[in-house]
Amino acid sequence: MYKIIEKIALNDDVDLFVIEAPLVAKNTLAGNFVIVRVDKDGERIPLTIVENTDTSITVISQKVGFSTKMLSKKNIGEYIEDVVGPLGVPAEIKNVKKVIAVAGGVGAAPIYPQIKAYYKKGTEVDLIIGASNKQHLILLDKFQEVCKNIYIATDDGSIGEKGFVTKVLQKKLEENTYDLSIAIGPVIMMKNVVEINKKFNLKTFVSLNPIMIDGTGMCGNCRVTIHNKTYFACVDGPDFDSDGIDFNELIQRQKYYHEEEHECNLRLGEKDD
Amino acid sequence: MINRVRMPELDPNIRNKSFDEVALGFSIEQVKIEASRCLNCVNPRCVKACPVNIDIPKFIQQILSDNFKDAYCTIYQDNILPSVCSRVCPQEKQCEGACVLGIKTESVAIGSLERFIGDYCLENCFYKDEKIEDNNKAVAIVGSGPAGLACAAQIRRYGYQTDVYEALHEFGGVLKYGIPEFRLPKNIVDSEIDRLKKLGVNFYKNVIIGKTLTLDQLIKEYKYDSVFIGSGAGLPSSLGIKGENLNGVYYANEFLTRVNLMKANSFPSYATPVKIKDIVAVVGGGNVAMDAARTAKRLGAKKVYIIYRRDINSLPARLEEIHHAIEEGIEFKLLLNPVEIIGHNYEINKIKCQVMELGEKDQTGRQKPIPTNSFVDIDVDNLIIAIGQSPNPIIKKSTPELLCDNWGRIIVNDYQTSIPGVFAGGDIVTGAATVILAMGAGKSAAIHINKFLRNA
Ligand SMILES: Cc1cc2nc3c(=O)[nH]c(=O)nc-3n(C[C@H](O)[C@H](O)[C@H](O)COP(=O)(O)OP(=O)(O)OC[C@H]3O[C@@H](n4cnc5c(N)ncnc54)[C@H](O)[C@@H]3O)c2cc1C
Ligand SMILES: Cc1cc2nc3c(=O)[nH]c(=O)nc-3n(C[C@H](O)[C@H](O)[C@H](O)COP(=O)(O)OP(=O)(O)OC[C@H]3O[C@@H](n4cnc5c(N)ncnc54)[C@H](O)[C@@H]3O)c2cc1C
Ligand code: SF4
Ligand code: SF4
Ligand code: FES
Repeated sequence: MYKIIEKIALNDDVDLFVIEAPLVAKNTLAGNFVIVRVDKDGERIPLTIVENTDTSITVISQKVGFSTKMLSKKNIGEYIEDVVGPLGVPAEIKNVKKVIAVAGGVGAAPIYPQIKAYYKKGTEVDLIIGASNKQHLILLDKFQEVCKNIYIATDDGSIGEKGFVTKVLQKKLEENTYDLSIAIGPVIMMKNVVEINKKFNLKTFVSLNPIMIDGTGMCGNCRVTIHNKTYFACVDGPDFDSDGIDFNELIQRQKYYHEEEHECNLRLGEKDD
Repeated sequence: MINRVRMPELDPNIRNKSFDEVALGFSIEQVKIEASRCLNCVNPRCVKACPVNIDIPKFIQQILSDNFKDAYCTIYQDNILPSVCSRVCPQEKQCEGACVLGIKTESVAIGSLERFIGDYCLENCFYKDEKIEDNNKAVAIVGSGPAGLACAAQIRRYGYQTDVYEALHEFGGVLKYGIPEFRLPKNIVDSEIDRLKKLGVNFYKNVIIGKTLTLDQLIKEYKYDSVFIGSGAGLPSSLGIKGENLNGVYYANEFLTRVNLMKANSFPSYATPVKIKDIVAVVGGGNVAMDAARTAKRLGAKKVYIIYRRDINSLPARLEEIHHAIEEGIEFKLLLNPVEIIGHNYEINKIKCQVMELGEKDQTGRQKPIPTNSFVDIDVDNLIIAIGQSPNPIIKKSTPELLCDNWGRIIVNDYQTSIPGVFAGGDIVTGAATVILAMGAGKSAAIHINKFLRNA
């Protein structure tokens, strides 16, 4: 059992949790994630470790379906059944001068520890951060501490540029040169970012988020295809060089259980009543 | 001569829709009759053929004189998981395969007798009373599968502080996530593990050695005097053909984990789904393939095929599982080897198989399958790949100095790895094998660990 020691609602859909987990915190590096099981009947779901102290980890979770909604019902002082990690290969923080980072939606959470690691190394990072609207932009104050420039894009134009992050990216790449790009967000966003970056000969690293169960390389659920070879995102990733990734396959694999997820949500409706 | 007593079973057409246990166990009357068949041999062949050398005639004689608890103690001495092994051992290749009665008639149903005793003592909460004198040394056990459990029990008996670290949220390894409920009820696994807790073994879940804590940290920071690695063969083998990552294609590990560990058969009461449609093909011929096929049937598949590249006599699965699969309506498509998985919009709908024929015998004594020039297409909605597992590389990756062979198996000498004081056994050393072999290795490793620490 893992105690929730802090909880902040970042907006209507996204919560930040600080969870007491000394053993997980011990070896955590940027890019690692945990697998969480909210309660005894729960599913195992991956969440990125955003920050850690010696004894606790911070995760940020967006309510998208049953398990993340169950998690959001938990409050300070309550317990989460299982938290295991740190999982995945830590992000490789490369020796470069200028990085352009692109974050979409809750992708801002997993990208933060990487940007911070670059900042600590002395790398200059420009961030393009996108969300549906002003309310859904998260971690802006934290990004301000570690980024040189921040460019915002929202779907409704409530703040920053109206439109997608890719529109801003295109413009920035025309104006500046960068050594490397990192992008984390919805798969379709990462796919489009990679396409634009390619036009500018810019290498992109992305974080892949297939469906996972154990997170230890045992089940093979999390497989992704890169240059026609299979990789397990939980142990070989989740960060990968974007070159050759079959994004369309990943999009379809993520959708495989859509009907079942819907069924699960109906159950949540019953529980709420 | 009395005939071998048959264990009652659920009707095939009822059980192929239910996750209840198939084999129902002997009654006391049946146990008595079956036990009376044993000749109490002076040089019992059965004992030599049991990988942990249980004194089989002794426990059978104890049954006959109504000393069920003594019979339990006899078994428990060598096998701390009698209710598990009696259900999953390939008896026909081990104890029963060697029984002298089998030469002329039918062997004694040793597994069924062992199961009765194991279950009887679990139900009646009978524990073997063991006095343990604590010493001041500590051993860490990595993995709670059969190898880790057997090692833990033996190490604890010597008096060491014994701490088991498990990556998953439940203990038991393959016994929990791999072997299905209808063959090995999970409450039995839990009850047997509870006995180890009573012996004073400590269990920690959600700790992945190599990630959460490294081997080095266990030794240097946590000051364990010795470590045993029983991390199993958890890495699924791939077919290496086109289309393997299409939706609807599962590795058996994922499929079985969803159902056994995550209880997807009770979705949505449990939140993890599994998706099995009308026609399911399972590739492989071992226990894993039989388990996957029978599980798919129970989840409502109308047709389930086993696709295997040799003939029916070469199936490596336990005999009983093959019989059960046939009874439950699993169809065997033999001498076929999948060469391509075909789909539409990233979802499988067909597999292309190459027709095989049998050639010369290979090193395993079985005829080698040889590809022919003909191919068949089979329409399927799901494909479950059950062609084997190799060792999980997590520990190796974080411990470069740990020597492994080309297949990723840890190299050992008298159970000791290339790192002094670090021992290993079970599937991580042998590659995918059996429960009882893993337990035998765990126990033997404990004996060597004790020797090592006594001399240290
Ligand atoms: C390495 C990794 C890191 C992640 N980090 C974060 C994070 O920091 N913050 C965050 O909000 N989200 C993160 N996610 C996504 C998060 O795991 C999913 O949103 C969550 O599992 C959805 O579960 P659900 O039951 O609420 O939704 P559901 O309704 O069950 O599913 C919604 C969608 O989420 C995905 N999903 C469902 N189950 C799983 C699963 N077991 N594993 C992975 N994806 C699944 C599927 O694509 C599905 O279509 C991460 C995913 C991965 C793989
Ligand atoms: C579906 C299936 C059916 C089978 N049926 C039979 C049968 O009928 N009869 C039979 O005799 N055998 C059967 N087997 C084989 C048998 O289960 C295995 O040979 C046996 O379980 C091996 O035991 P083990 O302890 O070496 O490994 P496992 O049982 O694999 O246990 C290893 C444990 O270590 C944990 N672990 C791994 N890495 C780490 C780490 N880094 N840190 C912490 N923990 C870790 C794993 O999570 C796991 O719990 C079957 C196997 C499968 C998959
Ligand atoms: S442990 Fe297995 S091989 Fe040994 S007697 Fe029992 S069933 Fe037979
Ligand atoms: S070989 Fe058969 S008959 Fe002889 S002791 Fe063993 S079980 Fe009994
Ligand atoms: S999540 Fe099971 S292998 Fe990656």
